[in-house]
Amino acid sequence: MSSSRHRSVLPGFGLSLGFTLVYLSLIVLVPLAAAFIEIAGLTWAEFTAAVSDPRVVASYKLSFGASLAAAAVNAVFGLVVAWVLVRYPFPGRRVIDALVDLPFALPTAVAGIALTAIYSKNGWVGQWLEPHGMQVAFTRVGVFVALTFIGLPFVVRTLQPVIEELEPELEEASATLGANRLQTLARVVLPPLLPALTTGFAMAFARALGEYGSVVFISGNMPMKTEITPLLIITKLEQYDYAGATAIAVVMLIVSFVLLLLINLLQRRARRIA
Amino acid sequence: MKLKTITTLLAATALAAVASAKNYELLNVSYDPTRELYVEFNKSFAEHYKAETGDTVTIRQSHGGAGKQARAVIDGLAADVVTLALAYDIDAIAEKTGKFPADWQKRLPNASSPYTSTIVFLVRKGNPLGVKDWDDLVKPGVGVITPNPKTSGGARWNYLAAWAYAKNKYGSDDAARDFVTKLFKNVPVLDSGARGATTTFVQRGIGDVFLSWENEAFLALNELGKGEFEIIVPSLSILAQPPVTVVDANAKKKGNLAVAQAYLEYLYSPDGQRIAAKHYYRPIHPEHADPADVARFPEVKLVNIDDEFGGWQKAQKTHFADGGTFDQIYLKK
Repeated sequence: MSSSRHRSVLPGFGLSLGFTLVYLSLIVLVPLAAAFIEIAGLTWAEFTAAVSDPRVVASYKLSFGASLAAAAVNAVFGLVVAWVLVRYPFPGRRVIDALVDLPFALPTAVAGIALTAIYSKNGWVGQWLEPHGMQVAFTRVGVFVALTFIGLPFVVRTLQPVIEELEPELEEASATLGANRLQTLARVVLPPLLPALTTGFAMAFARALGEYGSVVFISGNMPMKTEITPLLIITKLEQYDYAGATAIAVVMLIVSFVLLLLINLLQRRARRIA
Repeated sequence: MKLKTITTLLAATALAAVASAKNYELLNVSYDPTRELYVEFNKSFAEHYKAETGDTVTIRQSHGGAGKQARAVIDGLAADVVTLALAYDIDAIAEKTGKFPADWQKRLPNASSPYTSTIVFLVRKGNPLGVKDWDDLVKPGVGVITPNPKTSGGARWNYLAAWAYAKNKYGSDDAARDFVTKLFKNVPVLDSGARGATTTFVQRGIGDVFLSWENEAFLALNELGKGEFEIIVPSLSILAQPPVTVVDANAKKKGNLAVAQAYLEYLYSPDGQRIAAKHYYRPIHPEHADPADVARFPEVKLVNIDDEFGGWQKAQKTHFADGGTFDQIYLKK
């Protein structure tokens, strides 16, 4: 009487798949579709003009460049932080562990204002950097700093559970079999971490691309220099240019989607190696 | 027996009066620097309306950058009245929603602007760079703070004031363009709104000169950093007219049309004018304001947008639309 050969032990596959599709459609697909409908009102020429304006192109470079750089830095230092938090018991570990989540919880505007206050020329850090010709607030470096700040928890939190699963015995075994420390790190420790690391990198990158609140305070918003793409979208909206704003948004959407897809493919390969 | 009838009647009328006294709730959508003004004005209007009609009015306020606020109303925020930084934003609401007629600016006196303001310079105490007029702002090494004209209504007034000065002094639009280009080369940060720019200048200590609404400058002078700043009045500035109007369709729907109209008309009353002057807005009827308040406003030669730039629609298109003169400043390098 079995109706299907691949009958799952748990019932409810049809129901839960239906729910998943409806839920994803409502939360994700419908707003995205609205964006595409909005740009349908533009001719092709208007669309290309809107998305290839020199100011907009300069903002793509900054947004994607700074986001990639910030995610890369977070991948390296986030790995170190996660490793230390999991492997070494030390006094105050819980407090530091909780601190990692702060960039998540803090309203982004608060983060932006705080970072600007610290790095501007009369701030705690800025007053030491500025005399040496290093300006952080209101430059591209400032954008990078803000994006690094908000991206850190993504890397740390994706890596922590995986590091907890790593058995120190493996490292010991590797050592007893004659591998030096570098070899142990490269052949035994890092490979199983790679998939989680790429996930964390991808999430930090995606988050940085969409970030608006914290960046606008510290970037100074100079056209051609420190304008991020989300700011230009807001600027277009404030000029009542809904279609133009959506056109830029759609370009960002497509590029981000392609990038995330690539990262997912990379992650699959990484998993196979591991 | 007769007495009882009379008391019953009296009680009935009293009840009727209570029943007919209505409660209104108005929503006033305004721009950034009017917070303090409308707190006091709303209280005064509510008392006035209660005394006059017996009805209770509660006014809710919403503040933010003028462009953002206008967009909220376009997207459906049920404002009964809008009191924004410039006519262009209210035009945009009329055009996109049709909720009130396009010639709204003719409905109230003085182009629907019960108070005006202008653009002045705020400098640090003692005016260390000796800034006196617009020409000092284009000198190398002077840091000028202004918000982004693309997103801030106040910044558009700043930009046009500088343009008008240069055009009057040097005689041509080309010269004005060069002047404004040089001025914006001295701008290290472009905040998106007036309050953000105030913070950059006052709290972060960035820049030497802050181009500001006159009322914001007074506020910074008297409340944010007492004794740390000075106001410098340039030889020529622009007459900034922040207009007001009823959003007819919204107010009608909520049964608020009459009270919304009364609310805006009250801005023109002696009380409204007195409160405006107290909060550093120039009243259009100074005779109603406290002479001490009026004395704070320095004499300054003001040009207005219609004569100098042919109105907001045209100014917006020439200067602030994509590819306009403001964009060109940053594109040609």
